[in-house]
Amino acid sequence: MTDYLEGTLPESDRIRFEAHLAECDGCPGYLEDMRRLVGSLNEIVEPPPDPETREALLRAYRDLRGGP
Amino acid sequence: MEEEHAFVERLRAGDEGAFDVLVARHDAALRRVARTFVRTEAAAEDVVQETWLGVVRGLKQFEERSSLRTWIFSILVKRAKTRATKDARNLPFSALEEDDRPAVEPAAFGADGRWASVPPRLESDPETGLLSRELRTELLSAVERLSPDQRAVITLRDLVGLPAAEVCELLELSDANQRVLLHRARARVRTALMPFVGVVS
Repeated sequence: MTDYLEGTLPESDRIRFEAHLAECDGCPGYLEDMRRLVGSLNEIVEPPPDPETREALLRAYRDLRGGP
Repeated sequence: MEEEHAFVERLRAGDEGAFDVLVARHDAALRRVARTFVRTEAAAEDVVQETWLGVVRGLKQFEERSSLRTWIFSILVKRAKTRATKDARNLPFSALEEDDRPAVEPAAFGADGRWASVPPRLESDPETGLLSRELRTELLSAVERLSPDQRAVITLRDLVGLPAAEVCELLELSDANQRVLLHRARARVRTALMPFVGVVS
């Protein structure tokens, strides 16, 4: 299923899988759930680190870069 | 890539705004991946800090043969492995966490291997076609409960967006192993979201 979503399933397998999808009650919904799940994971933007960590890293960058 | 090259040049030139953007972009994911190798939050923090220092020091020599992102994560994985090995030597034994449990409840399938009944669906957000807001709030905690191997693969593939070949190289996995881990991880996350279907916050 993972390969199908990524388009890396070999041709003959893809045909068999799609034939299965056409007559299986559960799989099409499951596949769509997976698409949504992966899509949602792709979209997640996590927050930056807390201000202290950010400051510490910027300081290190400043020092090590030898900048102003 | 033009855009990335310009960004790398800014980083090399000491542009603090650019560095701040870089940190904001990757720090959380670096922590997540670190945590799949080391045992404690504190160790993960150390590893990530060392990684950022390594990035800053290595910028001049970075040849842009890989993407910046790949390079940063390769530094992380190296440091995380070193730290994990070091920490393991201080333990009487190391606990190997493997998760071979079936990713979907076996009871969901009948004797003929087909679905016993149509499985409940994950609710979607009508605007985006992706998961509903309620389910999205549970997504990261579901990922966090995965075994380290599965967590590492799903984080690098689906959260960070690295391609399969790079993840295989980073984690020293065969293509087949990586695919199995990814599939199991995603299926487990889906299962973990099931109790929240139908919950309105």
